[in-house]
Amino acid sequence: MKDSIYTVKENKPLTSSVYMMTLKGDTENIRPGQFVNIKLPQRYLRRPISVYDVSDDELTLIYKVVGHGTDDMSKMDEGIKLQIMSELGNGYDLSLSGKKPLLIGGGVGVPPLYYLAKKLIEEGKKPYVILGFNTKEEIFGEEEFRKLGIEVAVTTVDGSYGIKGFVTDALPENYTYVYTCGPLPMLKAVYDRTDTSGQYSFEARMGCGYGACMGCSTPVKNGYKRVCKDGPIFYKEEIVW
Amino acid sequence: MVDTKVNLCGIKLDNPIIPASGTFNYGYEFNDIFDINILGTFSFKGTTAEPRLGNPLPRIAECEAGLLNSVGLQNPGIEKVISHELVELEKVFHKKVMANICGFSKEEYVSNCEKIDKEDIVGWIELNVSCPNVKHGGMSFGTDPDTLRDLVRAVKEVTTKPLIVKLTPNVTDIVKMAKAAEDGGADGISLINTLLGMKIDLKSKKPVLANTTGGYSGPGVFPVALRMVYQVYEAVDIPIIGLGGVSSAEDVIEMIMAGATAVEIGSVLLVDPMAAVKIINDLPIVMDKYGIKNLEEIRGVAHNG
Repeated sequence: MKDSIYTVKENKPLTSSVYMMTLKGDTENIRPGQFVNIKLPQRYLRRPISVYDVSDDELTLIYKVVGHGTDDMSKMDEGIKLQIMSELGNGYDLSLSGKKPLLIGGGVGVPPLYYLAKKLIEEGKKPYVILGFNTKEEIFGEEEFRKLGIEVAVTTVDGSYGIKGFVTDALPENYTYVYTCGPLPMLKAVYDRTDTSGQYSFEARMGCGYGACMGCSTPVKNGYKRVCKDGPIFYKEEIVW
Repeated sequence: MVDTKVNLCGIKLDNPIIPASGTFNYGYEFNDIFDINILGTFSFKGTTAEPRLGNPLPRIAECEAGLLNSVGLQNPGIEKVISHELVELEKVFHKKVMANICGFSKEEYVSNCEKIDKEDIVGWIELNVSCPNVKHGGMSFGTDPDTLRDLVRAVKEVTTKPLIVKLTPNVTDIVKMAKAAEDGGADGISLINTLLGMKIDLKSKKPVLANTTGGYSGPGVFPVALRMVYQVYEAVDIPIIGLGGVSSAEDVIEMIMAGATAVEIGSVLLVDPMAAVKIINDLPIVMDKYGIKNLEEIRGVAHNG
């Protein structure tokens, strides 16, 4: 956990409600699947946002405007300084991926899979990516994943783009492991329809984001875990629906 | 050179800053973030006899100048707290800790307090009769003076350590409750726990919290807490721990001027994990700015004249 100042470098819309914010600051120890917690002027609690990409001194976040806090963020200009807690959450464990891991993202669950895909490729793995959206207008990130030189399937519920249906309608024949992030019904469907082990990223309304308040505790087999500190990634074997 | 030391029920604290129960878990995890031995002490997570998962999610809702929580006393149960949490804590924390104890019956409170009283690392027991997020326990013991007096008396019979009674603000007369605790034999009083509140989501047209209501805390409650500390100070002779929205060294000094001996901080820690460090560092600077040499000389000073 680290709490430091980042400077907004770029903040642009990707769709009508999804934005990409690039920030300059300390990114040294951020791992795939982790999140940051942002202090916004005017808001009391911080806002947890998953990490989309990391480079030497740049942190990129993709977020959907769902309330006052993300609405504030969408209006921020270049140069604004933000107090951000980083290196939060356990992150994905890459060592279990096997040669051909399956990465499944739904909606705003897509972003954390991008940095994961980059890191897996660095390790010589060949990830297969499925991105699920409701409709063509909501799609983002497809090109960026394709530029990594990996196979990408896109599904839309209404069939307006790619494969019609849900992410589970695009499952490939062979894969060695599952990494996924998305809405709860999608995670459950992936859990039911895939046959390997996997790591599932959960979302929860958080208080502190670093394990202090028990605001986001969720039951798992053998007890409970804090989504913010023990998660947000849970192993398939420990999930309780 | 200013002196930040205070004496809380016979135990010296290096400073009056105490992370409040429910915002610091069992403490040891946060030693990675800062040396927790700089704290006056801290009050550990409200502990019950049985392990509790707490209430369904969502159990956090932001609101103006603070937040609502309906965590509902999630804790591993007193046996595990003694066998694991306190063992881990002893490895890194070299001061006495405040044990926040809750229950769902008089018998449970008594039994929990009797057990925790035997632990060396426990300096004080903070009797939680003010949790607004559990049914048939917690706050129901802190809203009737006769029930409270009876409970405090029963706990005092089986304990040796200073007993601090943590009061709820959700009563018509806080002074009556404080006096009942004192009559029952309490060695100190801490106030206030959270204010019962709620929030409704405009889109779903339903309460945000799965539990419907939750406890409101944060800077918005500070004036209410300060007023209650002020009133209780006039009515009782035992030490008071002031809490409720305290977020700065200035707030700490206000609490002490109203009559508090020590001060707990809670919500601010959720927003800034380093808040305790900052407040502890700021305190001597702010004391010096106002010509305060030690905290004893300003305790309750707001009541003079």
